[in-house]
Amino acid sequence: MAMSWIWSGMVAASVLFSIWGGCTGAVAAAALEGAAAGIRLALSLAGALCLWSGLMEVLEASGLGAGLTRLLGPLLRRVFPRAGRDPRAAGYLSANVSANLLGLGNAATPMGIAAARRMRELAGSDEADDELCRLVVLNTASIQLIPATVAAARAAAGSAAPFDILPAVWVTSLASVAAGLGAAALLGRLWRGRP
Amino acid sequence: MKLLDLLAPLLLCAVSLAALARRQDVYGALVEGGRKGLEVLASIVPALVMLLTAVHMLRASGVLDALTALLAPLFARLGIPPETAPLVLIRPISGSAALAVGADLMAAYGPDSLVGRTAAVMLGSSETTFYAVSVYFGAAGIRRTRYAIPAALVADLAGFCTAALTARLL
Repeated sequence: MAMSWIWSGMVAASVLFSIWGGCTGAVAAAALEGAAAGIRLALSLAGALCLWSGLMEVLEASGLGAGLTRLLGPLLRRVFPRAGRDPRAAGYLSANVSANLLGLGNAATPMGIAAARRMRELAGSDEADDELCRLVVLNTASIQLIPATVAAARAAAGSAAPFDILPAVWVTSLASVAAGLGAAALLGRLWRGRP
Repeated sequence: MKLLDLLAPLLLCAVSLAALARRQDVYGALVEGGRKGLEVLASIVPALVMLLTAVHMLRASGVLDALTALLAPLFARLGIPPETAPLVLIRPISGSAALAVGADLMAAYGPDSLVGRTAAVMLGSSETTFYAVSVYFGAAGIRRTRYAIPAALVADLAGFCTAALTARLL
């Protein structure tokens, strides 16, 4: 439901502002342009999604993912007490976390989606439980060891040392994840027993 | 940079060779997984179209510019460079727009200036929150998102405030 409010709010604010600012034509064009951009984004994602989902399947079928899961298991079971104990969900989650750490954002997404689908199966309802909320928080706060895209943008702008922001990025990501998980714990208590 | 470029190809190579050593049908598994990946894509395309429609309307209408003007003084008080206000506003809703805004800031103020560094740290330590929520919950068929969005936005906000500090100190 939250996305319904956010989407309607964004569109309503745009329409009101366009009438006030006299740019209704530009907003009308932008609506269709945005819809087309959604399809372009989907197409640009398609290759990576297909490739990394294929690799995920190899990891799973060959049992190689199990090694990764053993490594990350103790940490995963702490954040995801139920999904961390389900072998399939734990496999997807550890692949998602590893890909995020390596800065392979387009690999992390299909693995995170696989984890979310499995976790929904386990929960058996269309409501985001505490663990799914934490999965989203972990992925939106993106802990990366090597933020390659930003470093590339800095290099393109002529930075003397594109990678010297690494320590700042690490500390900031950690603070952001900690704040997100803290907020999730607090809000989870508020939301308990509510629809 | 060179080593970094090797990461993804090396991963593909290492996993397929390791699976082959375990006598697995690597190619069959790749194709099967790819098919599942495309099914997932089909389930998230509508969410992407709707989200980007709203984002583009918001950008064209001037709402973001008005919010930026409103937020700049507040940012200055919090010790965040006010020039980064447009980046903070766009970051949770559009990844490509945020990268463009960040690159603009770096070009305008210099990548090694405080504004440029703060923008880079903000970009590197956050993700496109609404995109992640739409994609993950869209693919999993979650209708009631409960507190996922507020919690993720708290994480973003904490990240942006910390970025102003760490870009200066580290």
